[in-house]
Order: sequence, then structure tokens, then C-alpha cells
Amino acid sequence: MLLSTHDLVARYGQFQALFGIDLEVAEGEAIAIIGANGAGKSTFLKAVCGQLAVARDAVRLDGRGIGGIGAADVVRLGVAMVPEGRRLFRSLSVEENLRTGGFARRPGPWNLERVYALFPVLRERRHQPGTSLSGGQQQMVAIGRALMSNPRLLLCDELSLGLAPTVVKDIYAALPSLCAEGMAIVIVEQDIDLAQRTASRLYCFMHGRVTLSGASGALGKHQIAAAYFGLEEVAS
Amino acid sequence: MIEWLDTVIQGVLLGGLYALFAIGLSVTYGVMRLVNIAHGDFIILAAYLALPLVGGLAWNPFAVIPAVAIVMFALGYTLQRTLLNRTLGPDILPPLLVTFGFSIVIQNGLREAFSSDSRSLPLGALETASLSLGDTIAVGWFPLIAFLVAVALVFALSFVLSRTNTGIALRATADDPATAALTGIRSAHVYGLAMAMSFTLVAVGGVFSGIRTTFTPESGPLSLLYSFEAVVIGGLGSLWGTFAGAVILGVAQAIGAKFDAGFGILTGHLVFLAVLLIRPNGLFAKTR
Repeated sequence: MLLSTHDLVARYGQFQALFGIDLEVAEGEAIAIIGANGAGKSTFLKAVCGQLAVARDAVRLDGRGIGGIGAADVVRLGVAMVPEGRRLFRSLSVEENLRTGGFARRPGPWNLERVYALFPVLRERRHQPGTSLSGGQQQMVAIGRALMSNPRLLLCDELSLGLAPTVVKDIYAALPSLCAEGMAIVIVEQDIDLAQRTASRLYCFMHGRVTLSGASGALGKHQIAAAYFGLEEVAS
Repeated sequence: MIEWLDTVIQGVLLGGLYALFAIGLSVTYGVMRLVNIAHGDFIILAAYLALPLVGGLAWNPFAVIPAVAIVMFALGYTLQRTLLNRTLGPDILPPLLVTFGFSIVIQNGLREAFSSDSRSLPLGALETASLSLGDTIAVGWFPLIAFLVAVALVFALSFVLSRTNTGIALRATADDPATAALTGIRSAHVYGLAMAMSFTLVAVGGVFSGIRTTFTPESGPLSLLYSFEAVVIGGLGSLWGTFAGAVILGVAQAIGAKFDAGFGILTGHLVFLAVLLIRPNGLFAKTR
């Protein structure tokens, strides 16, 4: 298994955000994490990408514990994050933002040319400040920046946040080609339909626990709604 | 009239020296919000590092600069990695306190090692040699060289920051250290490099300063003050803005000193206060 978490617990000071998450992602697989605000989805991604201090063996890449080793080391092992809100560097141009992704120095197919081929509009804008772009284009830069590190696992936190539906469609259209090359993707998404279409499996989080998981096609709307809002007991 | 032009030229050249001090200060503030209270003492430390080589071994002070710069680069990186990185955080007080501690340690250490006698780095004949511009104006070779070296170093630093991967990493970390870590940038190392660059400028500035005037272990705080003033006059966020601020300070001091030798430093302070009153963000601040 490429990524697995085992009884993953995470805290912000006194506040406990995750209560024992078990999750698996195989190579080339796209999974989605859905859930309401405050369910712990973003916390989970932060724990995986090394931004939160968690137990070493609670997060494993190829079976090797990587929990809490720090984001700069996790990205070198091949786990890249597209952070919520895009978080482009405001002093850097589009191209410089992309180049930061290459600092992890992982070998692989991704380079500036490849990112520009995936998102041609970025080539035209490459000398502009990253933050001068539209929201959708900024999201492309954030994805491109993550791809520049040649990840084996791409973590995407709320790609659709604040974007127009057509723009969201364009951005999500880029993901299947990545999986086809063997990259695994974890998306955190509030839009359940979008999550179901993009991912082969879903995990639904509520209050820091997995309340439902399974193949995207096998989960019914009512089942998901129940797990999402905690309306009733969920049979797993 | 010509006399005034001469004064302004002397001031501009002096400003080049202050620019080296000030840019060192603004780099560390810009990248990691660290104000180094011992900045001036490190300037003096650099001059004292050159002293045994220049005074004892009779090297040319210019030849000593690369050696001092390398030592100071290493010292800056090491201090940042071992001590100063631990003081960084949401609270700006710990770095101030720790660097204030450095200041006391350096001043007393230097006094212990070299006594409080004032020293200088003799340059020989070049110290007083000058270049005649027309009949009435003469520009000293030494101040001119110091100024040109300062300009060259600011160009070099500006190139590093804008064109190299190291510069991109520095700017990215300054913008958002948490996201920089996501791209594999190690902020501890980047902060070390920023301090090392600052110390390199300080090393060059310190040796030039030691050639220009005499110094004692207590001279540091005045250099810190000039650095602060130049940064505030120029405004944060722009290398050449800081350079211009340093030149303005140098010119103000030169003009003040023309009226009365004791009036120079005060005039610099007055110009600084005037800028602070009229444009608190500095004359050339980048506004986002």
C-alpha cells in the first residue's frame, strides 16, 4: 500500500481533531475525503504531509513511518500537497512559484514544460506575479507547483473552493491523466457529486472519525447524507 | 557652490558604506522578521577580525576583506542555525533579547581581548590619495572604492535574490514559511543563509568602516543606529530603497558636518526624524 494511516490521532494543543483514522491509498488510485466543515479533512491532509506532529507510525508510506517528520522531508519522499486556499508566494512570479516545487529535487517526468503543457494558460502568464491571476489559474499554479516535485501521492485540499463551476470542471479534468501514470491522489472535497465522479473510493469524515467508506459507485445518496451529517446510525 | 557639491559627493560616498550596514539589517528583517540588536557590534567585530592581519601581519586591508567575509559568513550561518532559529516565532521579543545579549558579550569580549583603546586599519598612501575632478573637486580614492564595492555588492545581492534558486527560496520563505516547507524548502537553512548574507555585507562594511574611522569595542551601537535610520528612511522591502536611504543619511551627515564638525550626526538624526514624521513607511517603500 502506498499510503496507509493507522489509528491516526491529531491535536491542535488541547483540541483533538482526529480520533483514530485508518485509511489506505494504493498507487494510481484516486480517493476522496468528504465531510462537513470541521470534520477533520484538512487536518488529516496536514498530518499526512508532515505539517502536524503525529505519531511516526500512524502515517506510513510504503509501510515506512513518516508521521511528524516535517513537510520538507515528506515532500522529498514523494508526497506533495496542494494547500487549501492555494497559498501562492506573493513575491514570486508564476514561473518562480512553479520552480519552488522543484526544490525537492525528485527525479521524474514533471518539469516546467510539462506543467505548461497541462495548463497552457500558465505559459502566457509565467512572468506575472502568481497572485495576480484569477482564482482558477492560481489553483493551476498550486497544482503545478506540487507536480514539480514529481510526487507519488498528490494531496489536494478543496480544489474547488471559491471557484466557478466551469473552472472547477477544467481543473478536475486534469486529474485522471495523473492517475493513469501511477500517481495516487487524495482529494478533499465538499462537493459530493464531484468527489464521487473523480474518486474510485470515498471516505466520509465526521467529528474526526471515519463514518463511512467504500467504492464511490456503491455508496447511495442517503447513506452518504447520513454519514455526512450524522443524521442516523450508519451501517458500514 | 562647488564646495557644496564636494560635500554632497562625500556624503553620497559615505552613504555607500552605510548601505552595506543597512542592507544587512533589512535582509534579516525581511526574510525572518528578526531585528539583530547586535548588528553594529558584529560590524565592529569584523573590523577587529581584520586587525591582527592588518596590524600584526601588515596585510593590505583590502586583501583581508575576503578572509573576514568568509569567517563572518560562517559565523552568521552558525549563529542562526544553533541559536537564533530557536528564538523565532510569533513573539518578536526573544530574538531582540538574545541579540541584545550578543551585543553585551561582543562588546565585553572585545574589550577583554583588545582593550578600549581606539584602533584603526591603516591603508597607507591610498588613505589620502585622491582623484581630481576638475580644478576644485577631489574625490578620495578610498571613499570611492568603498562606494563602488557597496554598489557592486548590492547588485550581486539583488541578482541572487531575483534570479537564483536561493533567492526564490528566500523570498518564498519570507512570504510563507509553512507553504515553503511543502515545496521542500528547509526554512532553518534558508534563515541561516539570510543571516550569512547579512554578515557578509557586515564584514565588508566593517573593514571599510575600520579603515575610514577609528573604532573601539563600544562603537557598535552607533553603526546599528545608522543602519536603522537608513532602513527607515528608505523603507522596507526594497534593496535600492534602503541604498537610497543610506545615501540620504550620508549626505545629511556630510552637510551637517560642514556647518560644524559636531553637527553631522545630529543632522542625520533630524533627517531621519523628519522622514519618520512625514512618510513613516519610508520614501521608497514597496506598497502592496
